[in-house]
Amino acid sequence: MRAGTTTRRTFLKRSLAATALLPMPALAQGPARVVVVGGGFAGATCARELKRRAPDARVILVEANPTFTACPFSNGVITGLRELRAQQFNYEALDGMGIGLAFVPATRIDPQARTVTLSEGPVLPYDRLVLAPGVDFRWGSPAGYDEAASQRMPHAWKAGEQTLLLRRQLEAMEDGGLVVISAPPNPMRCPTGVYERASLIAYYLKTRKPRSKLIVLDAKDSFPLQRLFQAAWQQLYPGLLEWVPLSNDGKVVSVEPATNTLVTDFTTHKAAVANVIPPQKAGLIAEAAGVADRTGWCPIDPATFESPLQQNIHVIGDAAISGAMAKSAFAANAQGKACAVAVTALLAGETPSAGKLINTCYSLVAPDYGISVVGVYQPVNGQYVDVEGAGGTSPVEAPREMRAAEANDAAAWFRTITVEVFG
Amino acid sequence: MRAAELAVAAACFFALVQGAAAAAPAPPSGAASCSGCHPTSPKAETRVPRLAGRKSTDIVAAMQAFRSGQTPATVMDRIAKGFSEPEIRAIADWLGAQQ
Repeated sequence: MRAGTTTRRTFLKRSLAATALLPMPALAQGPARVVVVGGGFAGATCARELKRRAPDARVILVEANPTFTACPFSNGVITGLRELRAQQFNYEALDGMGIGLAFVPATRIDPQARTVTLSEGPVLPYDRLVLAPGVDFRWGSPAGYDEAASQRMPHAWKAGEQTLLLRRQLEAMEDGGLVVISAPPNPMRCPTGVYERASLIAYYLKTRKPRSKLIVLDAKDSFPLQRLFQAAWQQLYPGLLEWVPLSNDGKVVSVEPATNTLVTDFTTHKAAVANVIPPQKAGLIAEAAGVADRTGWCPIDPATFESPLQQNIHVIGDAAISGAMAKSAFAANAQGKACAVAVTALLAGETPSAGKLINTCYSLVAPDYGISVVGVYQPVNGQYVDVEGAGGTSPVEAPREMRAAEANDAAAWFRTITVEVFG
Repeated sequence: MRAAELAVAAACFFALVQGAAAAAPAPPSGAASCSGCHPTSPKAETRVPRLAGRKSTDIVAAMQAFRSGQTPATVMDRIAKGFSEPEIRAIADWLGAQQ
C-alpha cells in the first residue's frame, strides 16, 4: 500500500517535472482522449472506428453491461423463432483492439471540466466525448405504467429479460386469449419494430393458438411500410390482427397492471398478454450532460454529431435528433462511423465535412416474408433530409420469392452488422 | 538534465508525427455506410459481396446498373439512386483502395 502510494507520488512528480520543461502547445498534442458512453450499435461502432482511424488515441468505452443484447431480431425471440443467446455479444474484439473498457454506469458528466464520472473507479478526462445512450422510457405514460408495471405488462423494447418475459407470457397463454400491444407516439426507437412484432405474434398465434386475437392500440395514425404491412396482414392473418389508429380511439391513456387492463378514451381492453411500449426519450445520461433539449432528444450538427448545447460532446444513435433518419441499428452503425471520422478530423485540427448517410430497415411479416424501407440522407440546413428520388419501400406488389429474398437479406444483414460491430 | 529534456521533446515530436501519419483519409460522402451490409470482416456469412479492394470501375458499373434498374435488386436500386456519378466514382475509388 505504502509502496503504491510512493510510486504514484513519484509518477506525479515526474509528470509535473515534464510539464515544467515543455511548452504548452506540445503538451496539448499528447495522445488524444476520447470517451464513448454506451456500447450499442452506435457506441461500439464509433469506438472501433475511432481506434482504427487514430490508433494512438486513448479510446475508452463506458458500458454498464458486459453482455450486449441486440434488439433487431428480438421479435423472433419473443415468438419462439430464435433464442436470446443469438442476440448476445461481448466486447472481447474491442478489448483486443486496445479500446479501454469500463463496465460500469457513467453517473455524471462535467462539460466544463471535460470529465466523465463512473459509479466506481477513476474519473475519466476527455478531449472529445461521444454519447450513445440509446433510449430511456417516459415512465408514468400511459398513466400507471412504471418500471414495476413493466414486470406484469412487459415493454420488451430493450432486449434481454423483458424479451423473455413477454415470450413466457405468450407461451403460457391459453388458446383464445387476447394479446394487446400498446404502441407509442413518435419519435421512437425502431418505428417499424412494433408492426414486425405484431406480425410475428400473429404468426405465432396462427400456428399455435389460432382462436386467439391480437389488437394493436396505436398512438399514431400512420407508420412506415404501412401499406405493405396491412396488405400482408390481410393475406396472412385475416381476422386475427386488428390495428386501431389514434383517430379510432387507439391511444392508451392508462393501464391497470393488476388486472392487465389497458384503457383508451372510450374503451377498456382486458388482455391475457399486454405488451406496453411506452413513449421514449434520449438515455438519461444525455440529460445529465445537458445535451438533451426540451423534446427529450439531442440536437446535433450533422457534419460532426457535436451537440450545439455542449462543446466537445457528440451524440449518436437513437438519442440524437437526426432528422429524417429512423432510430435504427443500421442508422446507429452509419452514424457511429461518420462520427468517428469527424472526431478524428477535429482532433487533427481539420474541419470535417458532412456527407450522405444510408439507412436500411428490414421487417419480417412472417419468418419467410421480409419487407424493407431504405433512405439516403444529406444534410440540409443543419438537418439530415431524404435525398429525393432515392430510398423508399419494397414494392407493394411483389412475388413471394422476393419477400423470401428480403427475409434472407434481413438475416444476412444481422449477421454482418453484428460481426462488424462486435466480431 | 539536458539529455532528458531532449529525449522528452523527441518523444513528443515522434508521437506528433505518428498521430499525423495514422489518420487515414476520410471516406467520401456515403461510403462509410456501405459496411452496414457489405462486410469488411471475413467472418460475416452473407451473399452480399465484400467491396474492399474491388476494381473501382466494377463498383461504378454495378452502381450504374442498379440505378438504371438494369440489375434487379432488393434494396440496392433504392440506394444507388441517392448518389450522383461523381459521388459513385469517389465511393468506388475509396472502396477499391481499402484492404
